[in-house]
Amino acid sequence: MANTKSNRIKSRDNILDYILLAVFLLLIVITIYPFLNVLAISFNDPIDTMRNINFIIPRQFTWSNYIYVFRENNLGRAFFLSVLRTVIGAGAGVICTAMLAYVLSRKDFYFNKLFTTLFVITMYVSGGLIPEYLLLMRDLKLGNHFIVYIIPGLIWVYNMILVRSFIEGLPLALQEAARVDGANDFIIWARIVLPLCQPVLATVALFYAVGQWNSFMDTYLYAKELPTLQYVLYEIMEKAQVKIDPHAAEQMKNAVSPLSIRMAVTIVATVPIIIVYPFLQKYFVGGMTVGAVKD
Amino acid sequence: MSARKAQKEKIIKQKFSTQLMYKQRYLLLMSLPFVIWLIIFKYIPLWGWTMAFQEVKPKNLSKHIWERPFVGLENFLKAFDDRMFNQTLINTIGLSILGIAVGTAMAILFALMLNEIRFVRFKKVTQTISYLPHFVSWVVIASIAKMVLNDGGMLDTLLGAKLGLMSTNSPLFWLTVVLINTWKEVGWDAIVYLSAMAGIDQGLYEAAKVDGANRLQRIWHITLPGIKPTIVVLLIMGIGGALNVGMERQMLLSNGIVQDHAMVLSWFAYVRGIGNSNYGLGTAIGMFQSLVGIILLFLANKIAGWLGESRLI
Repeated sequence: MANTKSNRIKSRDNILDYILLAVFLLLIVITIYPFLNVLAISFNDPIDTMRNINFIIPRQFTWSNYIYVFRENNLGRAFFLSVLRTVIGAGAGVICTAMLAYVLSRKDFYFNKLFTTLFVITMYVSGGLIPEYLLLMRDLKLGNHFIVYIIPGLIWVYNMILVRSFIEGLPLALQEAARVDGANDFIIWARIVLPLCQPVLATVALFYAVGQWNSFMDTYLYAKELPTLQYVLYEIMEKAQVKIDPHAAEQMKNAVSPLSIRMAVTIVATVPIIIVYPFLQKYFVGGMTVGAVKD
Repeated sequence: MSARKAQKEKIIKQKFSTQLMYKQRYLLLMSLPFVIWLIIFKYIPLWGWTMAFQEVKPKNLSKHIWERPFVGLENFLKAFDDRMFNQTLINTIGLSILGIAVGTAMAILFALMLNEIRFVRFKKVTQTISYLPHFVSWVVIASIAKMVLNDGGMLDTLLGAKLGLMSTNSPLFWLTVVLINTWKEVGWDAIVYLSAMAGIDQGLYEAAKVDGANRLQRIWHITLPGIKPTIVVLLIMGIGGALNVGMERQMLLSNGIVQDHAMVLSWFAYVRGIGNSNYGLGTAIGMFQSLVGIILLFLANKIAGWLGESRLI
């Protein structure tokens, strides 16, 4: 009797597995299908796009949309600026975050409490958009300077706390041993702590890189003359409202579809990150978990 | 362990001295530049809050703080009287509450499902794919969302209906925004809940199995109570940030038609402050948002304490 009951529970539990499988398949489709459709339209023949002939595989495959955006929208420069700010911003961000996190992990440092408090307060209170805007544009005159992409957002306090908790979890013995050997604090950081921090630094590097690559507001507010990929895509979106008569367009030799063009830029702005993140998955999942621990 | 203890004792004994500063000169050198950076880029804007009590317009912008006319609370009153203020505040709160409710529920549900499924490899693939939209910028999301949800877009064509998700000037637009946001973040937000679930004592499940509890019962009586502290902490943070609805997402997803229901406080501060060059008014709106946010955070924290839950601060 008891045996049949537990069997019944088991079979019902197994049904749940297949229900979950079906739900997950549906979720995967909902997540991926829009991206695949974007990809298809970006390779679609412009005239097909205008006549609303969109398949998941283009009827007529063409690179013309990509060639067009790189030639007409100065996408090459935007791509270069995006890469540059990502590399410099993430590189500088990681080094500075790691250095500060190490100092603030040192409980014997006289200013530890004070500095930590100063940093943490800024997570909860900020001056807001207008004072920041005036500071950067009027006082520091950083408008349309490349460093406006790097310096104001150099360190995220959240990332610093992530690295600091990681360092606090490292064994102290190594640091002590190096100190006995006569190493100063900087050497200890550079030679001992930094190499051990590699997993958390990979997480933080990904966060900074994604933040930099995806950043749009700072270009919009401070540096319209230094358009990044995200900003170019925004501009195309804003002006693509003009409708073209499909019959007239058909007669044009080099037809251009605003939608195909927008989708081509969308792909250029997305693909680099999509390629990178799966490889860093094991790091950031671990990193998020550290962050979940109450400070 | 003993090293840590020794270090702890050292802290208590420490007193300020030039000798100590010399001993810690490397630590000072390694942190002072960042503290200066912090003061310039985070604390000087806070000092900029003084502008909320002044009339600051382009004509007197270059004047020193003490040369500008002080107007007391006039900027705040002007903001509250603004014909757009009430709707903006309602939008902000509506979007927040809807976003917290739907976002949290979906993230927990997704985490529960991931936690339950036994096909390990399939689970990993699903998780990886679920992170994808999180890493994509709002500009890209907006570009895709407009393709899918605009009138006559993919979804309309698919369903053969006219949903008007992006073109109805009503609170329906909040739902559109919240659903897009959930689509983007659900996989990412589930990470925290999943890690909380991983921390639940497996013995409890074994015991429940012996007692004949089925999977749904185990979820209800073990998993959900097990992640309750995590849920509370995240809810507190969510309520604390209830007024901080970012301008970027709203600006990118909206259009002229739905603007009335897309406007949020941060964007409103930008429109009045920089769009209309009334810096004092813009600062006042931003300051209102920030102060109410802090009050909400403390309130939520207090309430969680009363309810006997773990507190955030």
